[in-house]
Amino acid sequence: MRVNLPAIVKRLSGVKHLPQFGGLGLVLLVDWLVSPQFFDLRMQGGRLFGSLIDVLNRGAPVALLSLGMTLVIATGGIDLSVGAVIAIAGATAATLVDAGVPVVLVGGLALAVGLTCGLWNGLLVSVLQIQPIVATLILMVAGRGVAQLITKGEIVTFVNPQLAAIASGSFLGLPMPVLIACGLLGLTLALVRATALGLMIEAVGINRRSSAFAGINTRVVIMLVYVWSGLCAAVAGLVLAADIKGADANNAGLWMELDAILSVVIGGTSLLGGRFSVTMAVVGALIIQAMNTGILLSGFKPEFNLIVKSVVVLVILFVQSPALKGLRRGAVVRGIVR
Amino acid sequence: MNQRFLPLLITTAVFVLGYLFCSLEFHNFATVRVFCNLLTDNAFLGIVAVGMTFVILSGGIDLSVGSVIAFSTVFLAVTIETLQLPPLLAFALVLAIGAVFGAAMGAVIHYLRMPAFIVTLAGMFLARGVSFLLTTESIPISHPLYSTLNDASIGIFSGRLSLIAIVMLVVFAVGGVLAHRTRFGTNVFALGGNLLSAELMGVPVGRTIVWIYTLSGGLAALAGIVFSLYTSAGYSLAATGTEMDTIAAVVIGGTLLTGGYGYVFGTFVGILIQGLIQTFITFDGTLSSWWTKIAVGVLLFAFIALQRLLLIVWSPRGRASFAMPKLFATRSAPSSSSGSNAFKGASLHPLSKRDGNNSDHSHLAGRSEARKGDDSLICVSALERKE
Repeated sequence: MRVNLPAIVKRLSGVKHLPQFGGLGLVLLVDWLVSPQFFDLRMQGGRLFGSLIDVLNRGAPVALLSLGMTLVIATGGIDLSVGAVIAIAGATAATLVDAGVPVVLVGGLALAVGLTCGLWNGLLVSVLQIQPIVATLILMVAGRGVAQLITKGEIVTFVNPQLAAIASGSFLGLPMPVLIACGLLGLTLALVRATALGLMIEAVGINRRSSAFAGINTRVVIMLVYVWSGLCAAVAGLVLAADIKGADANNAGLWMELDAILSVVIGGTSLLGGRFSVTMAVVGALIIQAMNTGILLSGFKPEFNLIVKSVVVLVILFVQSPALKGLRRGAVVRGIVR
Repeated sequence: MNQRFLPLLITTAVFVLGYLFCSLEFHNFATVRVFCNLLTDNAFLGIVAVGMTFVILSGGIDLSVGSVIAFSTVFLAVTIETLQLPPLLAFALVLAIGAVFGAAMGAVIHYLRMPAFIVTLAGMFLARGVSFLLTTESIPISHPLYSTLNDASIGIFSGRLSLIAIVMLVVFAVGGVLAHRTRFGTNVFALGGNLLSAELMGVPVGRTIVWIYTLSGGLAALAGIVFSLYTSAGYSLAATGTEMDTIAAVVIGGTLLTGGYGYVFGTFVGILIQGLIQTFITFDGTLSSWWTKIAVGVLLFAFIALQRLLLIVWSPRGRASFAMPKLFATRSAPSSSSGSNAFKGASLHPLSKRDGNNSDHSHLAGRSEARKGDDSLICVSALERKE
């Protein structure tokens, strides 16, 4: 029997988002191999526990970031400042709640701070037309300084149980961060897929000038994605601050922007802009977290974490690489012609 | 006076004015010693910034430099202290490793057509991870050569120009000549100006890109050597965030992040300005160190806004780039010649549908690449119709 390789390649390349789901499946499989009780779930005090839940819970902040980051990258931009925005939002929340401000107001103000940061980035990119990587580098560099200004250089801790519940609480058996991430994912999807906004974002990412000629208000679209990214980062900042019941302006969300960008790229959204998938970016964030958890469970030193991560990134990039794509496509075409 | 030098002049003027201001504020500031210390303290940053200047001039970016510095310090500490290798051999080894690492990233960027941002991000994780593997502790280096090299200096009046400061100055001088006076430098500028035109003009794109990242990796390793001399230790968490400081210095120095325009000397001034802010805060004593970050951020913003302003004011094209005529001048040719596009649109062949699915998760491919693929498929479907 002859193996019909072109047909297999053809069928496989027809499956949508194969690399992402395949990657997640593979990582989870490896996790299960190193730790057989990986998929065990148990109910305790009205909340599910288990490694799988842990992956979801720990992956939530990066997933939150990747929601906004996907939209930014889809317009051909990039947002390096999200880590700093996490620090600023966390610092704001911790300082305010420590001063006795009601929790609802604190949450609102932290989100408003994130919104303002996003607006600043958006202004620089869309109105002043500064390159996104530089424009957001400004806030990335200065943002941690601002956060330290808010906390006066100290690590502010708080005891407010309501704010802490954002990270440690649970609903329907699921931890709060997971639910928040799911909610924001739904909101983002509704925003970009139930309206024409997603189409406009893709149009701007593919060719800003021609989409402007087509009647899209490109400035508003670009402004909006950075505002959304700032908002998502502020939510992640709230979750992270609630998680440690404090704000560490130096280390909160440090290098998280890179993880977020990575999950977007793993999710198959091109850094050049254009077509995007918010859901796949979240899957990308889960892949990253599943790897981290797997390494912890396997008993390897956490030092291996970065190496495994870089190898996985390289493999995923190889799979998605245009050069390799050309080879695969070539094989398909040859098969058909024959 | 050529107006091309204006950003460079403004950057230099900001530094000179800033230094004057600091000297008025603290009367010990305007001494040779303080200036020499400024050079010594920022030596590793300056060396790595020269490599970054080349990378950014070519339109790329290298996020791995901070990790390579950390790896170099750890590697030196382990080889010299634990394995008892002679330091000079260890220096040579680490330079070779850095250069090969950079070359590998350059090759991946060019031959696999992947964005430099992501490739060097992976490189950043890899280098940091390997240094974590070597050791997570800070290892002091107590080899006698280290103290000899650290004591080596040229006395100038009351100050002393240390060896590592001299190394930085030499790297800047060589970098300046390489960028502005050699064929390689011209190629780098050509790449940053327009990759496609550079390729059509016969610039060896692949070789140049690989050399650029080799240079950056090698200089990062050299900066690692300097950093290990400076701290006399190897630590895997050293120099975190150096890549962003370096990029900021390059931008403050007047180099366009899109590539194709800038000066190595500007980067030198950019480094000095960052060092000046830090020294000022040290002198003041009451200001907290986080003001450095805010000040650098404000400066970044000021310089970028200035660059935009100058671009708009100078070039008639700065304004015209948004106007209609230029668009048609550049875009009309391909659209008129691609009659096959209409054919593609009309084709309801299953092949084109499959292609649509395929590109769903494949659009990491550059758009030009995707278009090329489409064309080949169109040819195939045309062939099939003939049959």
